[in-house]
Amino acid sequence: MDFVGAYEWPNIRFILQGLLVTLEVALYSIVLSFVLGCILATIRYSKMPGLSHAVGLWVETIRNLPLLLIIFFTHFALPEVGFKMNVFVSAVVALTVFESAMIAEIVRGGLLSIDKGQTEAGRASGLTYLQTLWHIVLPQALRKMVPPTVSQFIALLKDTSLAVIIALPEVVHNMNIVKSQNVNYTMPAFLLVAVLYFLVNFSLSRLAKRLELKTH
Amino acid sequence: MLDFHILTKYFDWYMEGLGNVALACLLAIAGSFVLGTVIAVFRISSIRLLNVVGVTYVEVIRNIPLLLVVYGFYLLPPVFGLSAVDGFKSGTLGLTVYTAAFIAEAVRAGIISVPKGQSEAARASGLTYLQTMRHIILPQAFRIVVPPIGNQFLNIVKNSAILGVVAGFDLMYYADKISSKTYITFTPYLFVGMFYLVLTVPISIGLKLLERRLSQSN
Repeated sequence: MDFVGAYEWPNIRFILQGLLVTLEVALYSIVLSFVLGCILATIRYSKMPGLSHAVGLWVETIRNLPLLLIIFFTHFALPEVGFKMNVFVSAVVALTVFESAMIAEIVRGGLLSIDKGQTEAGRASGLTYLQTLWHIVLPQALRKMVPPTVSQFIALLKDTSLAVIIALPEVVHNMNIVKSQNVNYTMPAFLLVAVLYFLVNFSLSRLAKRLELKTH
Repeated sequence: MLDFHILTKYFDWYMEGLGNVALACLLAIAGSFVLGTVIAVFRISSIRLLNVVGVTYVEVIRNIPLLLVVYGFYLLPPVFGLSAVDGFKSGTLGLTVYTAAFIAEAVRAGIISVPKGQSEAARASGLTYLQTMRHIILPQAFRIVVPPIGNQFLNIVKNSAILGVVAGFDLMYYADKISSKTYITFTPYLFVGMFYLVLTVPISIGLKLLERRLSQSN
């Protein structure tokens, strides 16, 4: 084991650059999957004939597939049918497709937990269906969704590492390159990445706990 | 686009991969259940050292990606002069160690939810701490934690695709072999997805039914 050699600045910088890519991909995917997840959940919740069933089938199918397979498929199989994307876009698309299905279930759970009387009262007061959903049901549901949504985002941050399979230059990919220079760098590089991941996720979950205490 | 010829021609490989996935999942399910329960008991134990071990295990493992845990078993043994662990074993061990942390949290929540009077009554009746756990607390706790633990088992099946990253002779591994023979990626991997759905959809439906029954009986 060679900690001094492994922790020379160029190696550290390279791994930190990887972490930056991880955070960047995760951030794009988080925002997109939250928006898409809310849309999917609302469509499924609204019981529109045909459309709601189609969305339900889509969400359940995606949730039952391994994310690793979805990432691989997006980058290596879709070009065969005409969708060619660079690794960065592939990673964001695949993560968004998977995580939006997970978020959709969380949002739907939140929507279903709101008493039916709320919708009925909203409609009776003359609001349209969408107005009732937007002003009455969603704000109440959002409060219940905060804790599971935050843990889903932490999961997403960890899941980003699976994009190593399509050679996205994220933190684990860069760790692999550092360790391939010298066998003695394996343990130090591994430790550094584990500590980085731990620090980011641990502070996120602490933040989530504080948020949780505030909303209740 | 959907060439079923690939499925029939390479059916043996798919079955080999499916068998290995099923084996890895069964081992990881059994292992993580046992390990997770032990860690949960550590976490609520009044012995300080056990408590620290339990808390550290859960916090560390839950905050790093599964891939790193698997890499820990795959890359590190040779560094310490131990013999290399193959992809299947390191993948299965990684799945076990990773999922155990989540199961420990679920079991702990279950144990905490059992009223304190139960353990006090058991101890007062002359049972030892371990007997109280084994006969009084754990049976009650497990009823509460069945849905979250079932979800973790489902996650094990989905996460088992991680074996593909370390060449663990799973479905992804054989799909890779097939696509390098046929120069087609789309169809071989589409069938992998179908095989995964065959494994996961019945578990998901079973879990939903179980959850409904448990919530009705309360």
